Amino acid sequence: MKQTVDVRGLGCPQPVLLTSKAIAVADEVTVIVNSATAAENVTRLAHTKGFSIERVEKDDGTYLVLRRTSQSI
Amino acid sequence: MVIDLFESVLECGCAAKIPAQQLAGLLKSEEMPTNEFVLVGPSTLDDAGVYRLSGQQSLVQTVDFFPPVARDPGDYGRIAAANSLSDIYAMGGKPLTALAVACFPSDLVRRGALRAVTHGACEKLREAGCVLLGGHSLLDPQVKFGLSVTGLVHPEALLTNSRAKAGDVLVLTKPLGTGVTIMALRAGMASAEQEMTANRSMMALNAKAAELARRCEADCATDITGFGFLGHAMQLACASGVALEVGFDGVPILDGAHGFAELGLLSAAAYTNRDYVGDAVEFDEDVPLAARDLLFDPQTSGGLLICCPPSQAARLVSWARAELPTPAGIVGRVVEASGQPLIRVRKRACALTEITET
Repeated sequence: MKQTVDVRGLGCPQPVLLTSKAIAVADEVTVIVNSATAAENVTRLAHTKGFSIERVEKDDGTYLVLRRTSQSI
Repeated sequence: MVIDLFESVLECGCAAKIPAQQLAGLLKSEEMPTNEFVLVGPSTLDDAGVYRLSGQQSLVQTVDFFPPVARDPGDYGRIAAANSLSDIYAMGGKPLTALAVACFPSDLVRRGALRAVTHGACEKLREAGCVLLGGHSLLDPQVKFGLSVTGLVHPEALLTNSRAKAGDVLVLTKPLGTGVTIMALRAGMASAEQEMTANRSMMALNAKAAELARRCEADCATDITGFGFLGHAMQLACASGVALEVGFDGVPILDGAHGFAELGLLSAAAYTNRDYVGDAVEFDEDVPLAARDLLFDPQTSGGLLICCPPSQAARLVSWARAELPTPAGIVGRVVEASGQPLIRVRKRACALTEITET
């Protein structure tokens, strides 16, 4: 299952909280962020939970594509 | 109805500070009024200012206020007071008088939140033997509270951040991790026990820690607050003209904080602190990312970082264990400066034997 989470404009800890909920149920989650703090925090969460991360820069924000791997917890 | 102050917050605690680099730029560009009586002014980025009144006495002054760092208004008042008083203790002073700074939205004032915050702060002021002379309040959509505290210090009891000497042992008197724990509480990811432990640590006065610093004949200390452990350690190293070695495994950490850092529960201030310290710190490869993050985590009402003469270090540690309400630890040592990096962080704890023998 794929999900998209848009956390642009949200203050901490909302980006981590919403991403955390999404990766608990989906295998691929695209998180759209527009702050360096949110991008760093979501990256840490993804690494800890064993998800791979692909980072795509777009005009309207940074897209972090988190994919479940064999190491995912 | 029970008031939960976290519901009213945009940014938490010292995480709301203006980034240190911006402040440093401001301090450089503006010539501050000064005279020959100023013993500690803005240039060394110390915890409080010190002004000589006579050969026997100097005035110590500080002000600190921030948005809610606890759910309960009483706890918030206790923590804000302990945090403001800490700047006086960190200079070796005795707090005498305080003025409150309070910004509150009108509905929270009506519901008794300001009264409860003030009550909590007064409890801590009484414990410190410090009187409240008054204060200033404003209606403001974002809650903020704190105190300006004035104290006295005898010149021989003065603790500054500019007197660290090579060979000194670094002892930290409270655990790190209040920033990530507050963030985890706001995310509903921390337990009630973790909340209580963090609150108790933040509410603990640094009076006893400062007394221990004097007892071990230290004359250099700083308190660890918004710029994080490494931000304040860097300021101390710069002001003293020394370098520091830190052993992460010896650093006391709040229960759960390591896991919160791993989950990315970091405030923007943790990253601005990292940028502020920049190349001044070098980590050994085996220091995990969460450990590095915790060393940058902005602290509210953190402990004292004491530069203890090596001959007294064993005694200081045993006194700290017996007399402090918070876990203390040997976190590193002071070495001669030799260019960059100012601070080197390794994973393994610095053992007392290793430190005092070399």
